[in-house]
Amino acid sequence: MTEAAKPAITVTNVIKQFGRFAALRGVNAEFEIGKFYAILGDNGAGKTTLLRAFAGLAHPTQGTISILGQDPQAACREIGYMAHPSLLYDEMSGMENLRYFARLYGIAGTGQPNGDRCEQVVRSVGLDPELARPVGQYSQGMRQRMSLARAILHDPKILLLDEPFSNVDVHSAGEMVGLLRGMRDSGKTIFVVTHQAALLRGVADEFVWMQAGQIISRTADLSADFPSAGAR
Amino acid sequence: MNSLWSITLATLAKDIRLEWRSKDALNSMLFFSLLVVVIFSFSFDPLAEESRHIAGGLIWVAFLFAAVVALNQTWARELRNQVLDAYRVSPAPANALFLAKALGNFIFVSVLEALMTPLFIVFYNLRALGPAWQLIPIAILGTWALVVNGTFFAAMSIRTRSREIMLPLLLFPISIPAVIAMVAGTTSILTGEESAHFYIVLLLTYDVVFTTACLALFETILHAE
Repeated sequence: MTEAAKPAITVTNVIKQFGRFAALRGVNAEFEIGKFYAILGDNGAGKTTLLRAFAGLAHPTQGTISILGQDPQAACREIGYMAHPSLLYDEMSGMENLRYFARLYGIAGTGQPNGDRCEQVVRSVGLDPELARPVGQYSQGMRQRMSLARAILHDPKILLLDEPFSNVDVHSAGEMVGLLRGMRDSGKTIFVVTHQAALLRGVADEFVWMQAGQIISRTADLSADFPSAGAR
Repeated sequence: MNSLWSITLATLAKDIRLEWRSKDALNSMLFFSLLVVVIFSFSFDPLAEESRHIAGGLIWVAFLFAAVVALNQTWARELRNQVLDAYRVSPAPANALFLAKALGNFIFVSVLEALMTPLFIVFYNLRALGPAWQLIPIAILGTWALVVNGTFFAAMSIRTRSREIMLPLLLFPISIPAVIAMVAGTTSILTGEESAHFYIVLLLTYDVVFTTACLALFETILHAE
């Protein structure tokens, strides 16, 4: 199977239990490469757990997840994960954070032929690499952008973003959506868990609806099956 | 192997930088140890001869309790903003994180020991009657024994609700052989009554065994849910 024909993610009968609570109940799905997926649903529907399972942070109790034909942990270089918390050290500046995480991925810092990768990604999310303030003093919008910069630092093929627009003003959220659209257009597969589905109208290729740990609907149009969703 | 050490050093540098800026662990360790030195010296007021017999125990118990403070801070830092997840989703080897944390704690506890030892000498009027240089291997091996297990058990207990109580409950029983060797070794050097060689070998064996076991098991602990 060629890279383009291969699905980005294949989920086969995945069940995830936390004690007696089943967060995912037999999820089956296939997601194509280069598409933008918005994962929607009420609180407790299993959206975040599904995303964490894709990232290899939550191991399925039963069933399998295949990322570009590999186990999630084996495919970690292909995955960029942005969680609801920032996953950044508050006491360090944005660049210090990125330089540390770059080392974890074996990305060299300065002096590279293409310039400094950390500076490139910071600029690409609309922040200033010269900013010396610790991340703890950033506004929520800046923190979300820096968190996105960390997730795309190693140029992953698949981006998993959990609530990237939460606590972000409308203008900044719009800019982030534009940024994600550009990444999708450049061939990346993007998954966004959000309660602000309206922001992704006309951008997401597919809206994946979850309820009680299951995918109950996949629609290309935000209001096709769930007319109330457009008002969110 | 190259990436293991490169990431270990990067993580160690990051931890030292964070500690330098916050001074969370060092301040609380120093304050705690200072209290132990002062309170015990006023409580006992021992003679020089008595001091030599009890100082080993006092010193190491003070360092053990103080180390627990640093050990709890080690992973608490990684839990804020769930930064540990960023490490878990990266291709970085789990053991690089463990080694960096253990080395970081070793440095912090060693700094504490370097600052507190002169105070112990002054307050307890200590003078070694045996070969004083042997205190150095005992300090190095003993400190590593405390931090290697402490780092491991602190990682084990980070997901428990009462992790600050859990750590001493797990760490202290397993540290008993090392603590006995540290205390007995220090006492034998201070009193000059017997050779500390056996205790140094015991600590070395303990360190090799537990470092190997911790490295073998840490990946499972890191990725446990």
